[in-house]
Amino acid sequence: MVKPKHIRRAEVISYRRSGVYTVLTVSAPGIAEQVRPGNFVSFSVGGEESGLLLRRAFSVLRAEERGVYGATVDVLVAPTGCGTRWLARRRPGDMVDVAGPLGRPFRLPKSPANAVLVAGGYGVAPLIGLAVALRARGCRVDFAVGASNADRLFGVLDAKRNSTIARVLTEDGSLGERGRVTDVLPGLMERANSEVAYACGPMGMLAAVAELAAQRGMPSQVAVEESMACGFGVCMTCVLPVAGADGTTRMVRSCVEGPVFEGESVRFADVGTVPSDVYGAAGSPGDGEPEPYSGDA
Amino acid sequence: MAVDLTTVLAGVEFANPVFTASGCAAAGQELDTFTDVTTLGGVVTKSVMRLPRAGRPTPRMAETASGMLNSIGLQGPGIEAFLANDLPWLLERGARPVVSIAGSSVQEYTELAQALRDVDGVALIEVNISCPNVEDRGHVFACHPASAAAVVSAVRRNSRVPVFAKLSPDVTDIVGIAEAVLTAGANGLSLINTMLGLAIDPGSLRPVLGAVTGGLSGPAIKPVALRCVWQVHAAFPDVPIFGIGGVRTGTDALEFLLAGASAVQVGTALFGDPTALPRIMDELGTALDERGLTRPGEIVGRAHRSPLFVAPEGPDPLGDASLRAAG
Ligand SMILES: Cc1cc2nc3c(=O)[nH]c(=O)nc-3n(C[C@H](O)[C@H](O)[C@H](O)COP(=O)(O)O)c2cc1C
Ligand code: FES
Repeated sequence: MVKPKHIRRAEVISYRRSGVYTVLTVSAPGIAEQVRPGNFVSFSVGGEESGLLLRRAFSVLRAEERGVYGATVDVLVAPTGCGTRWLARRRPGDMVDVAGPLGRPFRLPKSPANAVLVAGGYGVAPLIGLAVALRARGCRVDFAVGASNADRLFGVLDAKRNSTIARVLTEDGSLGERGRVTDVLPGLMERANSEVAYACGPMGMLAAVAELAAQRGMPSQVAVEESMACGFGVCMTCVLPVAGADGTTRMVRSCVEGPVFEGESVRFADVGTVPSDVYGAAGSPGDGEPEPYSGDA
Repeated sequence: MAVDLTTVLAGVEFANPVFTASGCAAAGQELDTFTDVTTLGGVVTKSVMRLPRAGRPTPRMAETASGMLNSIGLQGPGIEAFLANDLPWLLERGARPVVSIAGSSVQEYTELAQALRDVDGVALIEVNISCPNVEDRGHVFACHPASAAAVVSAVRRNSRVPVFAKLSPDVTDIVGIAEAVLTAGANGLSLINTMLGLAIDPGSLRPVLGAVTGGLSGPAIKPVALRCVWQVHAAFPDVPIFGIGGVRTGTDALEFLLAGASAVQVGTALFGDPTALPRIMDELGTALDERGLTRPGEIVGRAHRSPLFVAPEGPDPLGDASLRAAG
């Protein structure tokens, strides 16, 4: 049974700048209570008269059920376009339209396990709450946090606070070690004796994490970011090829069946294509492709 | 004065004239987590094909000024799974399903209609002959009067419920296409599907969409949709029409009724606001009430005729006769 989702006008409680990012705290009763790490929320952008029709989706950075301001959620806004820049300009007292909780959260191990968390850029957002939840379950948490440069590195302190080992990297070396998270991941997994990996960041990074985890024979969960028109499962824009338990690959909606997937199930090499063996593709068992058009039949 | 939104389309009664648009509410289940789908005029389901279909490659979406492009390519479960899962859910829930079907041959449409003939509870069938997201644009039946008519007459022959044909605005003469499908037996028309468009990414220097072109929807196409409804209603004033394209407020709905639509469908607006439909219903009710009207039927096509409010006797309503003379 699907839980009721909420959409409401919500007040911006506070904002904080961090490098290129803005952290917005918004009042979200009904949503904050239900959020689990990996869930996301979506915002309308541009105001009532705006020509921007589509909502913008953000992983929840932090959900507070009973804070000083009641139930609130924090989101990490990266300025990727005019909609997100509009959102980043909201100030306390401004009203925004928020919907959630959306998507499927990360699944936590049944019994305590050594978890390694891998973050790229603003992909760190859902992993901080995840680290807290994992530790509360008695899991060991190790973190690899990376970004292209210091301005795009977020959550270093939170990562350190909630982990045993935290490796911090930038591609240009402007903060932490120079390099990519995937460079240090094999060593980190070895040292930490990792048993499960969680990752959020660019698709290439997720593919590498899933691959490294598979090589060690351990499970991984990755949170993908696909472009979304609706964010709640009605439009089919956000699909990617994912192999099911039955061995069949389907074009699966990342907004409702994801954004968190088993790393091994995502056909990373085929993202952006419709592989020929996918359910319903031309030539596959469920072939739905048109036969040649023969004029006025 | 109480407004009664009851709407009759081709002899079928609906609680109100506000429906979801095909492909923008799936088969109702996800929307129902935000909006009670039983309160809607009806749920027009995503166009279903005979077999499961994977659709087009991603990216499948590009936001544009007051609109968006999509190139989903009719991804869906196929009619068998639709009849096993989606339709029963809608019926059990108590919603009014309008089933949209799409095919790549007359034979496929025929089989779809036959599969639907034996199930109860389908309020209307909408024949999507106008999806732009097919690999071969030659397949767009709605661009050729004869093929459009062939599809519609095949569906009509095999259906027990009224059949609406959904047309494409990407034609030189929409009235000609409308005439062809009406002659072939269509009981009503759905105007319009998306318009073929393109977006280019200045970063990658390539088209944004994986499929290169996509269908434009949203307020950007509303004037085109209104024009199509206007022209077709002028030619066939007795034919029930769904007005579709950029509806996001009660006023938009009112404008479509004035142009000649008997009901509206809401698509893209649902993505930004999943609760848009009940709001549009309320706003339409208020808009009618403010104009002293009690039923939506009273204003269908009204913009074609004399004004609703006759200007009081007195000075020229335009105020400036010299301007008029100059114009
Ligand atoms: C993502 C998306 C998918 C669509 N899929 C279908 C479809 O399967 N069948 C169909 O007849 N129309 C489809 N349409 C077209 C809509 O039903 C509607 O005709 C069009 O979007 C214009 O209305 P709007 O401006 O309210 O969105 C789709 C539109 C969008 C945006
Ligand atoms: S974004 Fe619409 S289905 Fe996922």
